[in-house]
Amino acid sequence: MEGPKIIFTIPIFGGLPITETVVLSWFIIALVFVLCRVLTYRMKKIPSRRQAVAEKLVELVEKLVRNTMGEKFMRFSPFIASLFAFSLFGSLISLLGLRPVTADLNTTMSWALLTFILIQVERLKAKKLKGYLKSFVEPVPFMLPLNIISELSTPVSMGFRHFGNIAGGMVITSLLYGALASLSSMLFLPVPLLQVGIPAILSIYFDLFTGFLQAFIFCMLTMVFVSSAAD
Amino acid sequence: MERAIILAASAIGAGLAMIAGVGPGIGQGYAAGKAAEAVGRQPEASSDITRTMLLGCAVAESTGIYGLVVALLLLFANPLVGKL
Repeated sequence: MEGPKIIFTIPIFGGLPITETVVLSWFIIALVFVLCRVLTYRMKKIPSRRQAVAEKLVELVEKLVRNTMGEKFMRFSPFIASLFAFSLFGSLISLLGLRPVTADLNTTMSWALLTFILIQVERLKAKKLKGYLKSFVEPVPFMLPLNIISELSTPVSMGFRHFGNIAGGMVITSLLYGALASLSSMLFLPVPLLQVGIPAILSIYFDLFTGFLQAFIFCMLTMVFVSSAAD
Repeated sequence: MERAIILAASAIGAGLAMIAGVGPGIGQGYAAGKAAEAVGRQPEASSDITRTMLLGCAVAESTGIYGLVVALLLLFANPLVGKL
């Protein structure tokens, strides 16, 4: 297994490398944008089949946000929906044989950093500056370093969780491919015939199930952390 | 020679780091068992229970994922080889 390939380098700041991950992210952004435009093209009072799909998706996300965060956080539902779509497509892109976007620590860590900023902003808004600073020395001032560490560990654990799940699946899949290739050469097959079909079973778990679950969990954790920060 | 020792020790270390996978396995199994009990007792709340269980499992998984990250670092981005 190797890191993402560098496609080209932008010659500013002493060379800004544009990796596979970044290029695939652009593709996913374009895909999600086109999907949204197509689904909501010429909306009518009586929905067509296409519009019904869009309405169903929006209702699904709004129901999830309402159940998890409550009525006063409904403004977060577009953010959660786009995070979910990006994460889901970013993991599912591995089904096309491309490198999953979420198997790069840069991607997941930047999302986690976004969540971290949201948490701090929401807490600052809810508690005002005095209460915000005071929340770090509760219950006793002795706990200050521990509170800061626990605050900083939230984005680290979120980013590593998503990255680790997808990258671990990638490592296991590539190990299986290697094992099947050497097994077929031991059986004197002209082409690695055993690689056909068998990895697909593993792919159902590692690509479909894990990709979907991690997207869901990342969004759930974002919602839970943000809404609990504002209480 | 030193390089070979470092590489061998890194491979062993990566294997040892994955022992961390035991903890989340036990924890998630316990959580799933409790969730199954809860669904058995209250089948109408199964969607809430499933959601809570998945969230709890994800949080319990962190330690295992840290072990995995350490193993991946030792195998693919070894910081020790450069220190010779």
